[in-house]
Amino acid sequence: MRIRAREITFAVDFGPAFLKIEAMADAIRIRDLRKDFRLGFVPRTHKILKGITFSVREGEIFGYLGPNGAGKTTTIKCLLDLIRPDAGTIEIFGLSHFAPRSREPLGFLPENPYFYDYLTAREFLAFTADLFGLGRTERDGRIARLLALVGLERAADLPLRKYSRGMLQRAGLAQSLVNDPKLVILDEPLGGLDPLGRKEIRDIIVRFKEEGRTVFFTSHILQDIEMICDRVAIIVGGRIVKEGALRDLVSERVLFTEAVVAGLPPEAFAGIGESVSAQGDRVLIRILDEAKVDEALDLVLRRRGRLLSLSPRTETLEDIFVETVTRT
Amino acid sequence: MRIGAIAGITFKEAKRDRVLYLLFFFAALGILASRVLAILTVGDRLKIIKDVGLASIAVFGVLMAILIGTGLVYKEIDKKTIFTLLAKPIRRAEFILGKFLGLVLTLFVMTAAMTAIFLAIVFAHTLEVEGALLVAVAYIFLELVLVTAVAVLFSSFSTPILSSLFALAFYLIGHLSWGLKLILAKMAPGPGRALVRALYTVLPDLENFNFKTEVVHGLPIPPGIYLPSLLYGLCYTAFILGLAILIFRRRDFI
Repeated sequence: MRIRAREITFAVDFGPAFLKIEAMADAIRIRDLRKDFRLGFVPRTHKILKGITFSVREGEIFGYLGPNGAGKTTTIKCLLDLIRPDAGTIEIFGLSHFAPRSREPLGFLPENPYFYDYLTAREFLAFTADLFGLGRTERDGRIARLLALVGLERAADLPLRKYSRGMLQRAGLAQSLVNDPKLVILDEPLGGLDPLGRKEIRDIIVRFKEEGRTVFFTSHILQDIEMICDRVAIIVGGRIVKEGALRDLVSERVLFTEAVVAGLPPEAFAGIGESVSAQGDRVLIRILDEAKVDEALDLVLRRRGRLLSLSPRTETLEDIFVETVTRT
Repeated sequence: MRIGAIAGITFKEAKRDRVLYLLFFFAALGILASRVLAILTVGDRLKIIKDVGLASIAVFGVLMAILIGTGLVYKEIDKKTIFTLLAKPIRRAEFILGKFLGLVLTLFVMTAAMTAIFLAIVFAHTLEVEGALLVAVAYIFLELVLVTAVAVLFSSFSTPILSSLFALAFYLIGHLSWGLKLILAKMAPGPGRALVRALYTVLPDLENFNFKTEVVHGLPIPPGIYLPSLLYGLCYTAFILGLAILIFRRRDFI
């Protein structure tokens, strides 16, 4: 009897707590979000969001993908209360997005960072810190740390109008972190950056996750998303058409094998694979049937050709994205 | 705190506007020219100095309020700096109030500077400081505060050019609406009178802030007029700001 009573107590005491943990596990929860715009001289209704539903869990990196005009930025603007949705609900850590308090644990980097260009990065960060009511000592310490994090220490006292695009992006990232946010929302953070700049931002995003922050970001650059995202959602024409963990969406299945062979004419591979391109004595062959890969290798050995490379191509996020968007 | 931060940044931005300095230059020129005009005048030269000086402060102050005020909110939306700002835990009302107070602070500094030149010119003529002039300037400033609120209101939903025209129309109507008061006194009761009465109630009467004539000519100002004029200015400003906040809260920033 005593044991039973204990069990009951356990259930009563901890049940709601578990429920609470379950309820708090979402950093962002969007339900049936809808938004129409009336645009043009003779206003016509354009349905931009047609019932968006998805959740971003605490501590994950979530990629929000979609072609241009799909509604990615509109979703983010609804989330930040820059645009009032026609229907649906948005919760940020369980709080309605209409409450200014819901934006306290949040950092945001807009698509093309627009800031007061007459301010220096240090002044701009100080202004941002003032909006969060940080004390002077705390503020100055945090600004110094952030400038070091994004590598802008040496340019900190230059006006922002003299910054390059990459530097502006980094200044934007720094301002989004001024309040030490639990959730960072980045709209196209990799857009317009060179490969080195992209890598830097990618590394910073991964570091966010290690620090326990949740990252929600949109991007066109799918290879980058693939490298760092835990989960993704694909939006097309104002609807979520696919959502899930990256490992569930992208299969390990080999789509085709590419072989680069030297010393043999393209015609030699007729019936094995299709020749994609030939340059000098090099031929790039695409073999769709996995069983024929051995046959191709035999042929190269028999006719004394040289195999320069052999690479199986598994499914990538880009394949899924292109297939989904085309199908929709 | 947040309103203060936005007001501070607005003040910093307005300070950089060349239009402000151009208008200040002309205002100073106007005030200095009053001395030249006084030399050419037969009669009371001091009255000319005071009249032209106060008029310069009023006119150029209003131009500053309109030309800078109408671009303030619009620029934030046009340059998209507002995205980063409103993504912080800021209420839209705080944004509007911050912008408004930032410009009021700018106009306060400018009015103080114009007044300093004006008082120096008067002092050079009379060798004494006249406190009454400060009363006239204070009410000019109150008028500027109201015009600033109007400029911010139009700026929250319209382009700077249209907003400037609307705000200028508000200013002109405000200085001509006292004519309705005269008509009212001469009209017989009836629907026409009720209509004129309603019109006079809705339209601003900026002559409430005009103490220039009394101060220049040394006429007595009834003491009971100060407080109602002050309250009228503050209430009207609050009403216009409330309207601006209401419109701004409903806006989508695409």
